[in-house]
Amino acid sequence: MTTSSPAGTTLQTKTQSSDDNRLKLLEATMKRHQHRPDALIEVLHKAQELYGYLTPELLISVAQRLHLPPSRVYGVATFYHFFSLVPPGEHNCTICLGTACYVKGAAAILGELEQQLGLQAGQTSADGKISLLAARCLGACGIAPAVVLDGQVIGHAIPDELQTRVAELLK
Amino acid sequence: MPLSEYIIMRELNHPDINQFAVYRRVGGWETYAAALREQTPAALVQQVKDSGLRGRGGAGFPTGVKWGFLPKGVYPRYLLCNCDESEPGTFNNHQIIDRNPHQVIEGVALSAYAIECHTAYIYMRGEFASAALLLEQAIAEAYAAGFLGKNILGTGYDLDIYIHRGAGAYICGEETALMESLEGKLGQPRLKPPFPAVEGLYGKPTIINNVETLANVPRIIEKGVAWYRSHGTEKSPGTKCFSISGHVNRPGNYELPFGVPLRELIESPEYAGGMRGGRPVKIIIPGGASAPWLTAKHLDTPLDYEGVAAAGSMLGSGAVIVLDDSVKAPHVAYKMDEFFKHESCGKCTPCREGTHWLVKVLHRMAEEGHGEANDIPTLHSIYRQMEGNCFCLLGESAVMPIKSALELFPEEFEAIVKG
Ligand SMILES: Cc1cc2nc3c(=O)[nH]c(=O)nc-3n(C[C@H](O)[C@H](O)[C@H](O)COP(=O)(O)O)c2cc1C
Ligand code: SF4
Ligand code: FES
Repeated sequence: MTTSSPAGTTLQTKTQSSDDNRLKLLEATMKRHQHRPDALIEVLHKAQELYGYLTPELLISVAQRLHLPPSRVYGVATFYHFFSLVPPGEHNCTICLGTACYVKGAAAILGELEQQLGLQAGQTSADGKISLLAARCLGACGIAPAVVLDGQVIGHAIPDELQTRVAELLK
Repeated sequence: MPLSEYIIMRELNHPDINQFAVYRRVGGWETYAAALREQTPAALVQQVKDSGLRGRGGAGFPTGVKWGFLPKGVYPRYLLCNCDESEPGTFNNHQIIDRNPHQVIEGVALSAYAIECHTAYIYMRGEFASAALLLEQAIAEAYAAGFLGKNILGTGYDLDIYIHRGAGAYICGEETALMESLEGKLGQPRLKPPFPAVEGLYGKPTIINNVETLANVPRIIEKGVAWYRSHGTEKSPGTKCFSISGHVNRPGNYELPFGVPLRELIESPEYAGGMRGGRPVKIIIPGGASAPWLTAKHLDTPLDYEGVAAAGSMLGSGAVIVLDDSVKAPHVAYKMDEFFKHESCGKCTPCREGTHWLVKVLHRMAEEGHGEANDIPTLHSIYRQMEGNCFCLLGESAVMPIKSALELFPEEFEAIVKG
C-alpha cells in the first residue's frame, strides 16, 4: 500500500523485506483450514498479526486463495472493528469509553491524552510512534476507568500517571 | 450472606481450581465420565429441564426446554458456547474462564453429550486473547486425559471442541449473527424463524448457550436437581454471577443465589460495599445496557428474573450498573446510545438510522449543552419509530436508555432546552 504518511512508508519497507516468510506463514494458516471460505476471519486475524494491518494486496490475495469475491473479504475486514486497514502506531493506547469508565472520568483521561499527543481518538501520530484509540466497554468495568497501554490493562487509571507513562514510552 | 459452597466461582472454595490437577482432585470431569458411561443423553436433558436452569446470556430462557427443541433424528448437531461478552457492564464470563476454566470445558462437553453432538465451538470475544489461550490449554489437557477426541473413555462417544475468535463486534453475541460470524461472514442477524435449534450453524440444528449457563451443567448433574433447586427461587433456581460496577465501593463479580434484594448486593460489605463517598443512588441499570433503568425506590427489588421484570426492567446478563447523583441522565443516555450506534450492524433501517439520529441530538444536548425547542418531541418520535420495528434486539435495546432517561428525568432534558 502506498500512503503519504512516513509511518506508512517505513512499514511498507519492512513488509517487503520479510514478505516471503510472512506469506508462507499466512499460506500455512490457510492450508490448515483447507482454504475453506468460512475460515476467513481466522485468516484475517493471522494476516493482521503478521503484517500489523490489512493492505488491499493482502485482502485480494486472501480472496483468491479462499475462493471468495474480494467484496466479501473487504466487507468482513471493514465490518469487524478489530481489523485495521491502516498501519498502526508502534505503541498504542486504548481508552475505554464504556458506561462504567465514562462515569469514572474516562472522557477527561482521553481529553488530556488528546492534548498531550495532539491527536484525536482513532489517529496515529505522524511519526508512527503511537496510536490513540477509544474503545467501548472492555469487560473490565470492575476496575474502571480502564486503559490498555501496549496490550497491558491498567485499572483505576489516573490521568497524570498515564500521561507520564505515555511520555516515557515516546522517549 | 455469601454462599458456603459456590456453584460457579469455585475458586473461592478451591483457590487453585484453575489448574487441571486441582480441578480433578475436587471431582472435576468425574461427572462427565460417569454420565458417558451410565446415563443416556435424554436422561441428562431431563435433569437440566427439572433443575429449572435458565440461560444466563440475557433472556433467561429455560435451558432444558431449549435443548428439547432439537428436531428428533436430525444430525449433525452443533453446540455453541457464547463467550462474546460485550454488553456494557458485563464482565463475569471472562472471569469465570480465568479462574475456573475447566468447569467451562466440562460444561461444554457434558452438554454436547446431552444434546448428542460431536462438534462444539466456543465463540470468544476477539479482545479476550489471553482467555482464549487459557481455554485452548484447558481443552488440550482434556484431550490428553482422554475426555475429548475419539471413542472417549471407550464409550464410543466422539467430541471435538474448537475455539473461534471474534473480531470486535457486539452484534456477534446475538445468536444468529454469531453463527454468521462462525461461518466467516459479516456478523449480521438472520431472520427467525427458523430458530437455531432447527436450522442453525451451516443450516444444521444448533444449540447456543452462554458460558455461565453451561458451567452450571456439571454441578447440576453431580449434585442433583434438589440440591441445585435449594438455591435461588422457585422460578429462578440456582445462583447468578452478578457483575456490579459504577459508583460503588467494591465493583466486581459476586455469585449470589437468585432472589437476593438489589439493596444487599449494593450495600453489603461482602459485596459492593455501598456507594462511593456515601452519595445517593440515582440510576440503577440492572441487566446490562439493554435494560430499562431503575431508581433508588427499587432497591428492595429481588434479583431474580420475575422480580426485576415486575419492577419494570429485566435481569438480562446480570450486569448491575449503579450511578450516583453526580451523573446527568442525558449524558448517560448519550453514552449508551452511542455504544449502540457504533455497534449497529447496519442491516435494518430503524436501528441504523434511529441510533444515528438519537446520538446526533443527544450529542448536541449532552456534550455541547445546547438544546432546541423541538428536541424532546424529536427524541420521543425517534425511539417510537424504532420500538418494535428493529430486526433484532440490538435496535430494541437502544431504545431503553433514551426512553428511560426521558421518562425518569424529563426535567434534565427540559433544562437543556431552556438553556
Ligand atoms: C445484541 C445482542 C448481543 C448479545 N450478546 C450476548 C453475549 O455476549 N453473550 C451471550 O451469552 N449472549 C448474548 N446475547 C444473547 C444470545 O443471543 C443468546 O440468547 C444467548 O447466548 C443464549 O444463551 P443462554 O440461553 O444460555 O442465555 C446477545 C443478544 C443480543 C440481541
Ligand atoms: S436492529 Fe441493528 S443490529 Fe439488529 S439487524 Fe437491525 S441494524 Fe443490525
Ligand atoms: S465500561 Fe470500561 S471496561 Fe466496561
